[in-house]
Amino acid sequence: MLKHHAKIEKNSVLLLIFTVIVVSIGGIVEILPLFRKETTIEPVQGIRPYTPLELAGQNVYIREGCYNCHSQQIRALRDEVERYGHYSLAAESMYDHPFQWGSKRTGPDLARVGGKYSDDWHVQHMSNPQALVPESIMPPYPHLSERVVNLDDIADDLKALRAVGVPYSDEMVSNASRDAYAQATQDSDYLDGLFERYGDKVNARNFDSQNHTSEMDALIAYLQVLGTMAELKDYKAAPPRSTPARGGNQ
Amino acid sequence: MNKLNENPIYNNDIVKLFTIATVFWGIVGFAVGVFIALQMAFPVLNFGEYLTFGRLRPLHTSAVVFAFGGNALFATSYFSVQRTCRTRLWGDNWAKFTFWGYQFFIVMAAIGYVTGVTQAKEYAEPEWYADLWLTFVWVAYLIVFMMTLKNRREPHIYVGNWFFLAFIVTVAVLHLANNVAVPVSFLGAKSYPAWGGVQSAMIQWWYAHNAVGFFLTAGFLGIMYYFVPKRAGRPVYSYRLSILHFWSLIFMYIWAGPHHLHYTALPDWAQTLGMTFSIMLWMPSWGGMINGMMTLSGAWHKLREDPVLRFMIISLAFYGMSTFEGPLMSIKTVNALSHYTDWTIGHVHSGALGWVAFITFGALYHLVPILWKRSGLYSMKLVNLHLWIATLGIVLYITAMWVSGIMQGLMWRSYDSMGFLEYSFVETVMAMHPFYVIRAAGGSLFLIGSLIMAYNLYRTARGDKSPEMIAAEEAAHA
Repeated sequence: MLKHHAKIEKNSVLLLIFTVIVVSIGGIVEILPLFRKETTIEPVQGIRPYTPLELAGQNVYIREGCYNCHSQQIRALRDEVERYGHYSLAAESMYDHPFQWGSKRTGPDLARVGGKYSDDWHVQHMSNPQALVPESIMPPYPHLSERVVNLDDIADDLKALRAVGVPYSDEMVSNASRDAYAQATQDSDYLDGLFERYGDKVNARNFDSQNHTSEMDALIAYLQVLGTMAELKDYKAAPPRSTPARGGNQ
Repeated sequence: MNKLNENPIYNNDIVKLFTIATVFWGIVGFAVGVFIALQMAFPVLNFGEYLTFGRLRPLHTSAVVFAFGGNALFATSYFSVQRTCRTRLWGDNWAKFTFWGYQFFIVMAAIGYVTGVTQAKEYAEPEWYADLWLTFVWVAYLIVFMMTLKNRREPHIYVGNWFFLAFIVTVAVLHLANNVAVPVSFLGAKSYPAWGGVQSAMIQWWYAHNAVGFFLTAGFLGIMYYFVPKRAGRPVYSYRLSILHFWSLIFMYIWAGPHHLHYTALPDWAQTLGMTFSIMLWMPSWGGMINGMMTLSGAWHKLREDPVLRFMIISLAFYGMSTFEGPLMSIKTVNALSHYTDWTIGHVHSGALGWVAFITFGALYHLVPILWKRSGLYSMKLVNLHLWIATLGIVLYITAMWVSGIMQGLMWRSYDSMGFLEYSFVETVMAMHPFYVIRAAGGSLFLIGSLIMAYNLYRTARGDKSPEMIAAEEAAHA
């Protein structure tokens, strides 16, 4: 073995090539099969791409680095399901570019935070978390209420996402800005179009009760939809595909 | 003329630049770490919009991993590849480009984090323009390294250089595959990564775990393979073991990523593969540790005399410990408890502070007198002081995180006699406060140690000698 290895040791290009081959195998085996979506993502009704306002909210979430402290992935463990709700399904994050599963729970999981708290709670909590939860160690985000969210170019974001595979239709792209403002306005005249494109379950209201459409509106629209899209009542986990038990001791 | 007898004039200037950058970014990275540790203990320290934990945490991780660790790898690889190949580093201007290009990347990324420009992928937060720039710098690094290997005046490529080469080329592959993205506009910072959902998660953790495996392990094993034998004045313990553990390490590391995704929506088969390879990885990891430690056979007495060597051997001990802890945590049932908690943070820091930083400190103490052509360090006493302050800091840090992580994991899954979850989430947050204070204290000690090092290295570069060293030298001459 040592004799053969000497050949590699004396040739830098050979060493480089062998190294690339050896480090490629694991990644290829583990990653490529995941792109066969029918075996990776179990079908579940109700999952849709984010509305433009929710997407703007996700971008605020990303910008502030919320993923550093909050996971969005409920593991299939008893206590997690009892604390946070149904375990997360692959389909529920299929339109997240990138995924927001996180790796640390300094704060609680947010995968199903949608609908758990009122808009008003979120506004107050984001502006000053300790006012609502005195023991919380979350930073305050008062600037989100003050700042107007930029929704005029949100169509470009939809286009970029369409380029990476999120099924936004031409209609969704061309109406992106109008849909975004409509969702954040109480009783907007443009709600019919929004519901037509994204379904009538979309939360449309003035989330932060201010006159301008703020980053807070967008963020709350995003948080309030998290984990609520999937029709979990109709969802049945696929039966295990393992061979039936051979013994008969049960 | 006999080429072999020619004394090649090494390019030390470039190594000096990277050495200074290593010390500078190390202090920055550790200081930001202490600050965000304090933010977790005292949230009132989250000032304004730009200095919140969410924006500073990527600044800390990138400053330590890529700025401190990256510059250390550049410095040591450029230093040792010249000496083990007995030739000057190829391409002075290319090497200079890797220096300024890399610093520019770091600054670009750091400004992005604070202003909220991020891809939200851990350890790959820089946006598309910074990623693209880093690609150029990295290709230049690979070319400089490969060309230097090609010019070598030794028949064999030294084992340390296998590790450096594997680190450079694999990081290039990881960086390219993980960062494919579509920019929203040509003039804007924002982009959307090509991969979404499950695929995004798998590719991200394939990347991130191998940032650990190749950036923080293979590269630093390259440092170990040059500096430990040099400092101990002994050859590497086993050549066969080097071959065996090199190929098995780089083959197995790549598979370990899915252990970050246990019990998630990632298909079970991938989780099981990730766990299996993570457990197997224990063996090649300890192969490296044993090869490094046993290099001291017959020279163990040097540990008593040389605190620089002590840094290196303690780093190998931490390497051995964290590469045992890692496989343990990758077991699904253990991970059910440890994941999402501070145990992971403690594990990372026993590797990053104990292994990565300590082997770097050892290498820096060895390098600086050579680069600045001094007979020795300014003060060995200060090296020793640094060693013990930093070790104490690490021990405080990781024990605090073990306790808080395991405690929080147990509290999350605790049921009362009625069968309800016993603790609300915020009760588990409150319980961690004392450990966050201890962690910040441990981190502060580590930071103080690095400041002592910076002072010692500065005085060394100036050519100063502490009274203690002068007395020792006089005694030696008498």
